[in-house]
Amino acid sequence: MTLFDLLRQEFVQNAFLSGTIIALVSGIVGYFIILRGQAFATETLSHVGFAGAAGAALIGVNSLVGMFFLTVITATGMGALGKRLKGRDVEVGMVLSFMLGLGVLFLSLYTQNASHAVNLLFGSILSVTREDVVLTIGSSAFVLITLIVLYRPLLFASLDPIVAEARGVSVQFLSILFLLILALTVSQAVEVVGTLLVFALLIVPAASAVHLTSRPFSALILAVAISLFSTWGGLVLSLIGHQPASFYIVAITSFFYVFSRVFRRFYYPRRYREPLHPSREI
Amino acid sequence: MQDLKIHNPAIVLENVDVHLGGLAILNGVNLSIGAGEFIVVLGPNGAGKTTLLKLLLGLIRPSAGLLQVLDRTPKRGNQAIGYVPQHRVIEPETPIRTRDLVGFGLDGHRWGIGWPTRSRRERIDRALKEVDALSLADSPVGLLSGGEQQRLMIAQALLTDPQILLLDEPLANLDLAHQQEAVSLISRICRTRGVTTLLVSHDVNPLLQVTDRVIFLARGHSAIGAPAEVINGETLSRLYGLPVEVAKVMDRFFVVGAEL
Amino acid sequence: MAGSVVAVAAALLGYFLVIRGLTFAGHALSNVGFAGAAGAVLVGIPPVYGLLIFTVGASVIISLIGKQIRERDVAVGVVMTFALGLGILFLSLYNGFAERAYSILFGTILGISRDDVIVTAIFSSLIIIGLGILARPLMFSSFDSGVAEARGVPVRALGVAFLILVALAVSVAVQVVGILLIFTLLVGPAATANRLTSQPARAMLLAIFLALAYTWLGILLAANTVWPVSFFIATLSFGVYLPVRLLSPRWWGSESRVANDTL
Repeated sequence: MTLFDLLRQEFVQNAFLSGTIIALVSGIVGYFIILRGQAFATETLSHVGFAGAAGAALIGVNSLVGMFFLTVITATGMGALGKRLKGRDVEVGMVLSFMLGLGVLFLSLYTQNASHAVNLLFGSILSVTREDVVLTIGSSAFVLITLIVLYRPLLFASLDPIVAEARGVSVQFLSILFLLILALTVSQAVEVVGTLLVFALLIVPAASAVHLTSRPFSALILAVAISLFSTWGGLVLSLIGHQPASFYIVAITSFFYVFSRVFRRFYYPRRYREPLHPSREI
Repeated sequence: MQDLKIHNPAIVLENVDVHLGGLAILNGVNLSIGAGEFIVVLGPNGAGKTTLLKLLLGLIRPSAGLLQVLDRTPKRGNQAIGYVPQHRVIEPETPIRTRDLVGFGLDGHRWGIGWPTRSRRERIDRALKEVDALSLADSPVGLLSGGEQQRLMIAQALLTDPQILLLDEPLANLDLAHQQEAVSLISRICRTRGVTTLLVSHDVNPLLQVTDRVIFLARGHSAIGAPAEVINGETLSRLYGLPVEVAKVMDRFFVVGAEL
Repeated sequence: MAGSVVAVAAALLGYFLVIRGLTFAGHALSNVGFAGAAGAVLVGIPPVYGLLIFTVGASVIISLIGKQIRERDVAVGVVMTFALGLGILFLSLYNGFAERAYSILFGTILGISRDDVIVTAIFSSLIIIGLGILARPLMFSSFDSGVAEARGVPVRALGVAFLILVALAVSVAVQVVGILLIFTLLVGPAATANRLTSQPARAMLLAIFLALAYTWLGILLAANTVWPVSFFIATLSFGVYLPVRLLSPRWWGSESRVANDTL
């Protein structure tokens, strides 16, 4: 079968549709995650998503819905608790492992079938249904519109919260909103690459992008580009090579990351000055 | 301390109290500051200097008393006030350029994406030029020295052409040479733009040449006046409630008996 | 029995992890371990060896990457996800895919053989001894890296050695709780203990006590129901941590970021 024949199949179409939309959103949200230093919170939300999906399977609900539900609740909780959750990784980590434990419980209650677990943990983009695609379009549209509206104040609040607050930006409110967006995005990303690999789709492209440029908008576009390229590449390779898509996606993004670090070190050597000690002035 | 009756003061505090978490931070503070004045705010740690700034920014409300900034009750997000917070260490890897960070001062609080127009770019360039930082415009902010970062924060504060400029400990992380530069820069901005400037500092000495008046806060009480009127043994002892002596050596003030 | 020794080792190591702000690295190492185990299964050798190789390798890499916190988290994450990606590749190349994955990920302590117990006990003891030797300089450099370095403490080497110990513990603890929940045994007791006391010796003892309690209770509870052991341990760990966290407002400032520039 050629690639074109494959594309006529519904499951492949669904995979590419979902994958594209999710990659797009992930690139953008990922950029803000990097700026705000919330990588670990992302990791936690993905494990929460795992519990949510497993729980949903247990009670017979669409797993995406289950994930949305639980991640949104957790995100709201996180938002209410901490100012920015930067460096609070012990608390966040505890929630993470508890959620994982819950997920394990739900799964073992639901089925002794291990492959369901593997799907949740490692992604199942090639078994996405039309229904899932519709849900994805809906939540992604919401996330995108919100991010467009919030773009400037969110950027401001993420980089310069004190002055932002003085200028009238409600930093706390934006933090909570952002966590909600994160929750939705993570839930969707789990579909593509699974709980354990959300990092690769959400964070690594943006991390690579910021190593290559300091202009906000360019970094954003670059993150999206890397994310899209990795997802498409991963899907295509998976269809050809018959290995799980998530592996290829992860491999491609990791490659970009290493490339970005190497590129930066050699192309802009002067940028690798040792950080100046704050009380020592030139 | 009596302060002069000022016509159309930019900032007025009458008997202002501020209670936070059960503690009385400010107690019966009376101040009147005229437009275009250069004022240094002094006092020991925890005396309420930052609280005063937050009051003016509308981030805190007074528990009692009258507070007017530019003839209005202060509200958060007043574009007429420029704020330069205490220096914060910026991680070297922070992926944003100087001009982007400074640009926040102009429209970072507005919704949506914003369009990079030429006039916006020119305004930012002008502000950077004013603080002698134009050459740094495209550099990532994390790589700048503390003094340079300071200057771009000032540029950021100036973008909306504010009528009041608040600076929290701008000299704290600078060595003496750079302190002088910073002082002349801020003073120049104050005089050429006619902007009311309040500068919080630990040490008044570098600023003696440029300041109009001084506010001294201690134990929640305040005194305002020319440096010599405020920084003397009698006034400070009264404020602190402890015996304090002030020595004047080579035109500089040294406070003995309490931290300045 | 095997669980007990592992628990002790984990608790002690976890204490340092919490202090050094390396909890994410701990999580990452356990995920890397998964890849190692999967690779080993593929090649046909006992999973433990794969675990060891991968985790030790990863810990060395992690120690050497990234100085600033923000970048370190990302770099650690990249290593972790790449290893996980490899893991899934290995597993899919192997026929008994899902079942094997499941058991590696979630632990199979109730099905441990005598030999395994002995190996586990030996390793854990080694870890504990190793930690004992490193204890004082490690403490010093965790709390006060600048001064420690000035005094001649090999801060960097210690950091690497410490992470290697963690890698070993992860490899061993996998059998108890499975890879996914190692974090719970490593960090939970230590985090809880740190909330209750700021004396290092007491904190470590408390952590050990908690870890042992969770493990024994977990095994007991799981033996009587169908629910997995790891779930019980994770729940106990979190269940005790939560009230302690909420009720003790004592806050050290940036307690998990004591040494910002060391790993």
